[in-house]
Amino acid sequence: MPLLILVMHILRLKNWDVIRSNLHKNIMQISVTQLSKTFSRKKQQTVAYKNLNFQIRQGEFFCILGPSGCGKTSLLRTIAGLETATSGELSIRSTDSLKQGTVGMVFQEHGLFPWMTTRNNIRFLLENNVQMINRDLDAIVNEFIDLVGLKAFADYFPHQLSGGMRQRISIARSFANEPDILLMDEPFVFLDYQTRCALHGLLLDIWQRKKKTLVFVTHDIEEAVFLADRVLVMSAHPGTVKNIIEIKLPRPREFLALRKLPAYQNQVSELMALLREECEPFRHKDKQSF
Amino acid sequence: MFKNRYFWLFASPLGILLLWEACTRSGFLDARFFPAPSAVFHYLIFTSPGEGLWTDVSASLYRIFWGYLAGCAGGIALGVTMGLNHIVRIMVYPLVALLYPIPKIAVLPLIMLVFGIGEMSKIVVVAIGSFFLVLINTLHGVDSVAKIYHDVAQVYRIKKTSFVLRVILPGALPAIFTGLKLAIGYSLVIVVAAEFSGADAGIGYLIWQSWETFSIKAMYAGIFVIGVLGLFFSLALNLLERRLTPWRDK
Repeated sequence: MPLLILVMHILRLKNWDVIRSNLHKNIMQISVTQLSKTFSRKKQQTVAYKNLNFQIRQGEFFCILGPSGCGKTSLLRTIAGLETATSGELSIRSTDSLKQGTVGMVFQEHGLFPWMTTRNNIRFLLENNVQMINRDLDAIVNEFIDLVGLKAFADYFPHQLSGGMRQRISIARSFANEPDILLMDEPFVFLDYQTRCALHGLLLDIWQRKKKTLVFVTHDIEEAVFLADRVLVMSAHPGTVKNIIEIKLPRPREFLALRKLPAYQNQVSELMALLREECEPFRHKDKQSF
Repeated sequence: MFKNRYFWLFASPLGILLLWEACTRSGFLDARFFPAPSAVFHYLIFTSPGEGLWTDVSASLYRIFWGYLAGCAGGIALGVTMGLNHIVRIMVYPLVALLYPIPKIAVLPLIMLVFGIGEMSKIVVVAIGSFFLVLINTLHGVDSVAKIYHDVAQVYRIKKTSFVLRVILPGALPAIFTGLKLAIGYSLVIVVAAEFSGADAGIGYLIWQSWETFSIKAMYAGIFVIGVLGLFFSLALNLLERRLTPWRDK
């Protein structure tokens, strides 16, 4: 009897909302087990990535960092369903049901349809989204155009806009669809430094508001440290998981303030050292062959 | 005046006509075979209408309109289907490669056997001529739609009809217009050739009749009308293209 009272006390004391949200946080949205991919072309086989094992938590900002050719884009395309893995298991969970999760993707560039205006580029995808039936699409389109600050450019065609503006539309488009998971394949790689910094801020802002799981592929160490909760470092040839590093920097993050922190610099140095190891073998190989 | 693009647009044909006029008037060219343009225009405006010019022009336009429309619609439809479906492409492509180089006018007797000597056989031969040009250009256009748009459509689960109508067709539209422009010129060629034989009206009929009766001015009038129609169709298609592809600022 005293035991029962004790249990009831505990139940009353505990804030169940907090418990539930904590449980929520630890739900694994993406699980990757022994995932491998080999491209075969005319007897020649190229290993894109091999025996990958990792998990991505719900609501997490997860960066995949690696040198070019390490298979990170292939991995992202596999998660997006654009490519299929050769072996291993990939499970993508929906946020609030047991169904397979939906994904949205932002590409490096030219992902917008050139024959559609800003408004129609966003609206077209919403019209085809089964989740959006019975929703006021115009209101959603306007909300997201506002969110990325392109109200004045709603009826422009992509070629009339700058590269930075186009990527803002791509981001708006992907968030507007409310997928469970957002995938971004080096979305800022072709932008100049200032624009990139501005878009990092914008992306973090939207991500914090919309609370989506975000998988971000990059080869830029500082970009990864600034944005991510965790960084998966990939090794090249074949692509494998080298390490997964937790970025313990406070949020909200502000670039100028953050880069003064020793913790930030340590993280960058740590990742730099890891990636340098990846580039070393090349030098040796080159020396041997010459 | 010299900065106006319309001045330069009309300057070159007008220049040729003036040179021609001068050559005929000076006796350098034989006026029986090369009547002065002024005489041809005079004939075209004051004499031809009384001799049934409009009947001939409207007869040809009627055949071009229906033949071109049917040929282009078929060419676009099959081109898109071939571009998106690998099996259809593999099956149909050899037929296209085989049939395309055959001069369409060479199969006119066969077509007349099947469709009779009336309007239908002329419409069909124009349709066949336009069909191949539009088909080949449409196929090229569908192929030229960048892979990334296929990827975007796949990630965001775009429905098949939406994908065809709002991604593939607009992406292929510039190439389709190249086909449409080639086909309209080719339609004029074919309709005139078809009317040379086995027709009782049409611009081709007019030219052939004039040749047989040695009515040289009427012959030139017919040739001139064809040229004007060709120019008019080109300008109309350019205008339509600019309207339909506003994302391609030049």
